[in-house]
Amino acid sequence: MSPDNYLYLAAILFTIGAVGVMVRRNALVAFMSVELMLNAANLAMVAFAMARGGLDGQVATFFVMVVAAAEVVVGLSIIITFYRTRRSTSVDAASLLKL
Amino acid sequence: MITLETLAPVAATGMFAYAWLMIAVPAVSAALLLLAGSILDRIGHWIAVAAVTFSFSIAVCLFSQQLLSPEDARAVAVPMFEWITLGSWQVSAGLLIDQLSILFALLITGVGALIHLYSVGYMAHDERRRRFFAYLNLFIAAMLVLVLADNYLVLFVGWEGVGLASYLLIGFWQHKPSAAAAAKKAFVMNRVGDLGMTMAVMSMLALFGSSAFVAVNANAEHLDPFWATTIGLLLLLGACGKSAQVPLQAWLLDAMEGPTPVSALIHAATMVTAGVYLVVRSHAIFEMSSAASTAVVVVGTVTLLAGAWIGTSKDDIKKVLAGSTMSQIGYMMLAAGIGPAGYAFAIFHLLTHGFFKANMFLGAGSVMHAMNDDVDMRHYGALAKVVKVTFWTFAMGYLAIIGFPGWAGYFSKDHIIEAAFEHSPIAGTAALIGAGITAFYMTRLMLFTFFGEKRWQPGVHPHESPRTMTVPLIVLATLSVVAGALMNGWIQHWLEPATGAHAHEVSLIPTPIGWLTLLLVAAGVALAWWLFGTKPIPAVAPASTNPFTVMGRNDLFGDAVNNVLVVEPTMVAAHGLVANDDRIIDVGADKVADMFNGLSTQTRKLQTGQVRTYALTMTIGAVLVGVVMILSQLG
Repeated sequence: MSPDNYLYLAAILFTIGAVGVMVRRNALVAFMSVELMLNAANLAMVAFAMARGGLDGQVATFFVMVVAAAEVVVGLSIIITFYRTRRSTSVDAASLLKL
Repeated sequence: MITLETLAPVAATGMFAYAWLMIAVPAVSAALLLLAGSILDRIGHWIAVAAVTFSFSIAVCLFSQQLLSPEDARAVAVPMFEWITLGSWQVSAGLLIDQLSILFALLITGVGALIHLYSVGYMAHDERRRRFFAYLNLFIAAMLVLVLADNYLVLFVGWEGVGLASYLLIGFWQHKPSAAAAAKKAFVMNRVGDLGMTMAVMSMLALFGSSAFVAVNANAEHLDPFWATTIGLLLLLGACGKSAQVPLQAWLLDAMEGPTPVSALIHAATMVTAGVYLVVRSHAIFEMSSAASTAVVVVGTVTLLAGAWIGTSKDDIKKVLAGSTMSQIGYMMLAAGIGPAGYAFAIFHLLTHGFFKANMFLGAGSVMHAMNDDVDMRHYGALAKVVKVTFWTFAMGYLAIIGFPGWAGYFSKDHIIEAAFEHSPIAGTAALIGAGITAFYMTRLMLFTFFGEKRWQPGVHPHESPRTMTVPLIVLATLSVVAGALMNGWIQHWLEPATGAHAHEVSLIPTPIGWLTLLLVAAGVALAWWLFGTKPIPAVAPASTNPFTVMGRNDLFGDAVNNVLVVEPTMVAAHGLVANDDRIIDVGADKVADMFNGLSTQTRKLQTGQVRTYALTMTIGAVLVGVVMILSQLG
């Protein structure tokens, strides 16, 4: 089978995610966009794995999923803590580390 | 007939294998005294005295063994260890105990032991006495390294060691700014001489591949005249620094800031004669260059007159003796510069001078002890009856230095004057006049100190010094009387293998020049008596416009000359460098730093703290990497 359509879809998803991270202020939305990018990458890997007939891509995808799940736990707790102190989820408000 | 070649030393056996103990024991004792702290405060000085006495007994044993050996087995080489091994370079450290160095070892340890003993009494009330004795022991060890070394590099170790000990001891009372300054001055002026010394040793290493005396003596014959003169002059510069000869004489008068035993041991009897030792030891080089040996004669002649001149005008008893020391070392230099005819006389005078000058310095210390450490002779007077032992011992030294017939200086100085006349009439005349001036200033010192009216400061109650101080005085006074007669006629033959032989008539009956010397000495004594013995001496030095007096009181403007020639230009150069540092280097460095500061301030603005900007940057970066990869695929 040809992976072309899958790859197109992955590229579109990735682009949506990247643009989302760059343009949206809401931390939750930015977070979702990051997930979108990760899953776009997963889709591309699975598509390639199918096309090549190997299992490497599939296995890597599982790893990405596990890491993403762990990352969600950490990321969401950060966002919640941030919201508790600032009453806001805008990423632009978090700029204290700059000089 | 002049024999240039010296006998090769034989290998060490028996006692000689232990010669290193002579150096090691005082060195260990010095370290012990410095490290042990206040535990040894109460007995430390006796440890130091014992260490030097031990060295002296070894020296005596070695000397008697040499006396008993046949002439060709007297010079003994004691190899110690390989010191520096660098590729094809090998420098081994070893001792050379020959006829010359054993005499020095005896003088250093013998007079050193007496002065240690004297210091036990003299420094009894000093709370840093332990440290003082540690430095004295350090000095003895370093001085023995200097004279017993078998090559110039090891000699240089001792050379620097005695410089260090001299610095530490001149500045021993460092709470006095004048003492601290004098110590620094001595150290810096010695550095100038050491520069010459270092360059001479480097030249020898480059030319001969070795700095051992044996190798240098053997190869000196084939030395290029230019190099012989260069090395000779460099060695002379080193000798001038250490022996306070013109033009590096100015430090010795200030060195009198140190405790009096130090002046006696280091700045009269031993260390300042190291320059004479160096010249005599390097005789093979000086014999190859008439320019260099003439320079030695000139330096000696000028210094003997300059020192005597200074001695005539000072009121500080120690400075008179310091001027006198310069002058007497000038005699030795003169003799050493004359060549084979003079070497033995230089060493002869060095030994007798070591005795009588140490005697007089210690006597001066005893007088100061009696007068509450006042050094101004104008505050003395009429002490002959009060400090009897000091007076009689000092008188022996006085008769020895002016060359009273039969006393030590009579023999040694007369030979030098005669040899100087044989060499050149100018040097001879200068030496003759010097003898007259010596008699003049020493008589002046005697009259000021021991005779005339009491001019004591209020509250001074003179008293004789303790036994530990008078016993060394008596021993040294005895030596001042008999040493000349004992060694006269013997020392020349004894030193022949080490310095080359030269026939020179030595007789007890004065030659015409000898009579002339005696006449001038008598005139000097009479003049001093007429000027200072017949009328009362003012307690404050009268203002004088006599140029001779003014120059003498100001050390012949030695400091002024140094200031104009060296200190001022150095200061100007230093200020220039500081300005250069401040205005060019500092400013340049600041500008560069400012530039980077501005640059980084601009760069820092890229860090906005906005997550979304960073995301944009990352994306752009990723896209750029992608584009580059794709383009490279296409290419």
